[in-house]
Amino acid sequence: MAKHHITATVNGDPVEFLCEPQETLLDALRDQLHLTGTKEGCSTGDCGACSVTVDDRLVCSCLMLGVEADGKSISTIEGMAQGDELHPLQQKFLEHAALQCGICTPGFLVAAKALLDKKPDPTETEVRYWLAGNLCRCTGYDKIVRAVLDAAAELRGA
Amino acid sequence: MQEKVKDGPSSEFQVVGTRPVRPDGADKVTGRAKFGADFSLPGQLVGKVLRSPHPHARIKSIDASAALKLPGVKAVVCRDDFLEQSSEFIPAGEMMINYRDVVRNVMAREKALYEGHAVAAVAATSAVIAKEALNLIKVDYEVLPHVIDVVEAMQPGAPLLHEDMFTAGVEPAPRAPSNVAKRLEIGHGDMAAGFKQADVVVERAFTTKPVHQGYIEPHACIASVSEDGQADVWVSTQGHWVVRAHCARLLGWDIGKVRVTAAEIGGGFGGKTVVYLEPIALALSKKARRPVKMVMTREEVFKASGPTSGAHVRVKIGAKKDGRIVAAEAELKYQAGAFAGSPVQPGAMCAYAPYDIENVKVVGYDVVTNRPKVAAYRAPGGPISEFAVESVIDEIAGRIGMDPIELRLKNAAKQGTKAAYGPKFGPIGMVETLEAAKAHAHWRTPLGKHQGRGVASGFWFNIGGETSVSLSLNEDGTLSLTAGTPDIGGLRASLCMMAAEELGVPLDKIRVQIGDTGQLGYNFLTGGSRSTFSSGMATVEAARDVMKEACKRASKLWELPEDAVEYSNGGVRPAGPNAGKHAPMTLKEIAGIAGKTGGPIVGYARINAAGAAPSLATHIADVEVDPETGKVSVIRYTAIQDAGRAIHPSYVEGQYQGGVAQGIGWALNEEYIYGDDGKLQNPGFLDYRVPVASDLPMIDTVIVEVPNPRHPYGVRGVGETPIVPPMAAIANAVADATGVRFTDLPMSPPRVLKALDEARAKGTAKL
Amino acid sequence: MRYEAPSSLEQAVGLLAAATGDARVLAGGTDLLVQMRTDILNPELVVDIKHIPELREVKEEAGGFRIGAAVTGAELKEHPRLKSVWPGIVEAANLIGSTQIQGRATMGGNLCNGSPAADSVPALIAAGAKASVVGSHGRREIAVEDVMLAPRKLALAKGEIIASFLLPAKVKGSADAYLRFIPRTEMDIAVVGCGIALTVDANGTVSRARVALGAVAARPLLVEEAARALIGSKLEDAALNKLDAAAGAACRPIDDKRGTKEYRIKVAGVLARRAAAIAYERARKA
Repeated sequence: MAKHHITATVNGDPVEFLCEPQETLLDALRDQLHLTGTKEGCSTGDCGACSVTVDDRLVCSCLMLGVEADGKSISTIEGMAQGDELHPLQQKFLEHAALQCGICTPGFLVAAKALLDKKPDPTETEVRYWLAGNLCRCTGYDKIVRAVLDAAAELRGA
Repeated sequence: MQEKVKDGPSSEFQVVGTRPVRPDGADKVTGRAKFGADFSLPGQLVGKVLRSPHPHARIKSIDASAALKLPGVKAVVCRDDFLEQSSEFIPAGEMMINYRDVVRNVMAREKALYEGHAVAAVAATSAVIAKEALNLIKVDYEVLPHVIDVVEAMQPGAPLLHEDMFTAGVEPAPRAPSNVAKRLEIGHGDMAAGFKQADVVVERAFTTKPVHQGYIEPHACIASVSEDGQADVWVSTQGHWVVRAHCARLLGWDIGKVRVTAAEIGGGFGGKTVVYLEPIALALSKKARRPVKMVMTREEVFKASGPTSGAHVRVKIGAKKDGRIVAAEAELKYQAGAFAGSPVQPGAMCAYAPYDIENVKVVGYDVVTNRPKVAAYRAPGGPISEFAVESVIDEIAGRIGMDPIELRLKNAAKQGTKAAYGPKFGPIGMVETLEAAKAHAHWRTPLGKHQGRGVASGFWFNIGGETSVSLSLNEDGTLSLTAGTPDIGGLRASLCMMAAEELGVPLDKIRVQIGDTGQLGYNFLTGGSRSTFSSGMATVEAARDVMKEACKRASKLWELPEDAVEYSNGGVRPAGPNAGKHAPMTLKEIAGIAGKTGGPIVGYARINAAGAAPSLATHIADVEVDPETGKVSVIRYTAIQDAGRAIHPSYVEGQYQGGVAQGIGWALNEEYIYGDDGKLQNPGFLDYRVPVASDLPMIDTVIVEVPNPRHPYGVRGVGETPIVPPMAAIANAVADATGVRFTDLPMSPPRVLKALDEARAKGTAKL
Repeated sequence: MRYEAPSSLEQAVGLLAAATGDARVLAGGTDLLVQMRTDILNPELVVDIKHIPELREVKEEAGGFRIGAAVTGAELKEHPRLKSVWPGIVEAANLIGSTQIQGRATMGGNLCNGSPAADSVPALIAAGAKASVVGSHGRREIAVEDVMLAPRKLALAKGEIIASFLLPAKVKGSADAYLRFIPRTEMDIAVVGCGIALTVDANGTVSRARVALGAVAARPLLVEEAARALIGSKLEDAALNKLDAAAGAACRPIDDKRGTKEYRIKVAGVLARRAAAIAYERARKA
């Protein structure tokens, strides 16, 4: 079976790649586009390390085929900082020590940004449930939740 | 970015005790950091492993000829590609491993001993071809009866994993082989006399299930071997020198020919202290003459990398009415998986370590079963035995009507106490954590309906060991620090802080890296809570080396004796009678004259870090139990622990919180579930249920500081102790809420509801 | 594997009917891709139905709603009216997996995956939803409770796909609720699920009820005896006890890694009580 030619937008840039029909979007991002910031933790949608947004919708890139990305706009962790400026979520994760090993961090940041884009003033419970699909084995989530709430406050100008 | 927030308790320091942003932070929040699976090399192949579908089978033959004929397949390896090893035990973290077993675990030889055991591996030009090739390898298995349960495995007549295993530590030596690898015994005193004095004796049997470390990053590596036998490996590991040693040994290569670079590591918790893929990738690369990349699937991680032991534990404790424990014994049966080497030894050693007990005896058994070989998991062995002990202590407190913190205080080990496992303790923080728990608002806050509160303490030894660090003073006065223990949770931040504190230079003038095996002398792995302790000690020594050298260089320039120059405030100045004779020189100015005063200035430390000290903790847990479904929710949690001294308090707190979360998972939902067919039924995060964000409350922490006198900054290891108390703290809280004592982990809803219903029928339930 | 993304139902049905090997419909893919990745399925053809407009819409029809089979849980939640009329269905669809999964997972996929534990299915059954099935011989409407026959086995012919679900017109004093039990707070497969839709009259008496259970038998169950326990009651203790007993009696569960038979039977009754109470409160306000 021939490869599919896919045209998409990734982090605002036009991209083209060839992909096998059974290849996931995660594989395409990592192997074809060399965007290795999106991580593979399980390949079954249970850990959230591969979180990206597709047309502003948060998804697990391991549970989407690369061919489905044709014509879509995808955002990954690599597109979150603007120039030298870290996104407030990134900055707050650093200040709150909301990461230890850091493997889950890109997925958490992408997921948290999707939350704050939709809901600028979430409660702690809303943050916890929104992020329930992102597993972290190092932090016990405490500092992650605090960092998200703090970033939300900063983004609101509070 | 290097903002300092001075709120640490260690106000005598400028840097230590503050909370700067970690030096590797920006890379980790932008996706730039390269983890194990993020490396690629030109021409790389994909390596995949063929794994046994049977829990126990003799491998009669392996025929890879069809696979090798498949276009795109470049190499196949199996048992014949690894050297037979003699029996030799070597340390791995706080556990021991045997090379004879390591080679068999990496690639099955005579038998496949668990479902998922590696039997062969291929390297091919794509993942699809590699998978197809695996299907073409013909393995002729003679399926054998299997044994999964530890007690069944100990029975005479149980299926034997190793026909040549005779229980060690038994006199006279057994004449028949068995699945019991070892019996051990520790303790002191007179048990019969001790129990005779007791007013209350509580004896209980406990079970725990194997649980996995659950790091989010699967094992991954890439290996490249050149035609002349020089080999490189990039790998996610807790110890790249250890990987180098194991690979060289298993393949019969010179250690010096192998260079290992530690990738950023996506969690380890002990599980990345051993080798799985690395020797296979090297063997494939050597045959294929191309780089080979291997990444485990999550299913492979669960089936073929180490969980920790499941166990049966019996504990019997006797106490006087005043709360004094007069005798304590325990029997531990730990399953090791397919090869000898469960953490029963450390489990036995720390069972009663938090307490000063006159008569104590612990017997342990190391038992093999048809499961993946256990690997170290955060305080290996400790959480299992201490769960049982801390549960019984809680019950004793209840029986004699004493506050459980008071009872622990009455028996707490202190400086000078002779531990059950032998040595006398130096300064330790058991009493301090208990006092902090007693004083904490959490301990006094009223509980609501269906809620209960529990407390439990925990102990872990911590280790030191071989460590090398180098610190180069660069031409412009900045510094490059190279350490060799992989940074899993903020090590680089702590090392930079200790170097900056010593040298009196701003933190952002030091860049720190984890060097590869060619850049430093031997480093033992990141494990045993040793990296901040050992690499920190070495960093301080290397910094002092630079300071001394800086003084020497200035003394040359000033034509003064070396001891007439002192290091102060990030520079050097004439001291004593010569004070003021020359203007002080900054480190930057010293760097400028390095060339003409003797060449580059490099501080170096190569040490066997001694003086590691235990860390003790006391945790308080509140739970709420749904009386109709048996679901237990942790609604409040406080972890109090002695850190010796917190270099970067945020990352110390992070260790406490992370250990608690893992402990909550262990207590409530995590377990390896096997079918009668000996196969693992839940090899994924869907049914291996680690806590998610909505399962947990905020985890409050209190850092107690009883400095370790044998570390320049008073550091104790902190990483492992936090996983020890949670299971008992939660079980004690559930007992408080329900009136039912839970002795089997996990306390999953079906188990809790069943026990509640039974207690209700007997009229003993509180809800 | 061949990937096709037709833009009409006819094309989709044609592709599926003509397939010679294993052919699979791709909606959200949250089950299909997992099964492909773990080698449970190795389809020759995958037909992505998300480019078919009808399957991606929620529209009001005959006083009720027609929900395209490929509408995601997240989209259902964002619909301006659906949640206020059928809160149980929207909640059930949004219990399927994480936020990330809800961005992709669909009710059509949840049903056609053929798992007895699918969260949205008991809610749809309780609501009296009909599935609109399209195949090469045309379109038929069947009750959702009749779609799944056994694990991984559906009452669909080769080439047939579910295009949409029709939720009936809302009757005054009606509401629904769905609850499931899982060991954690999120991310698990239901150990037991219970959907209840009921109607109360002006003085608070239940006049109509439908009770459905998931994960307690080889297929999701519509439990008429449980509904009868509620009808004519004001959810007094006696009625709830009857409901509890009827729900438990209907269970034909298995022991597995997610729960025991005994546990599922007990919890089915507990959830039925709790879901009934929620639906009742909602209905009185509706």
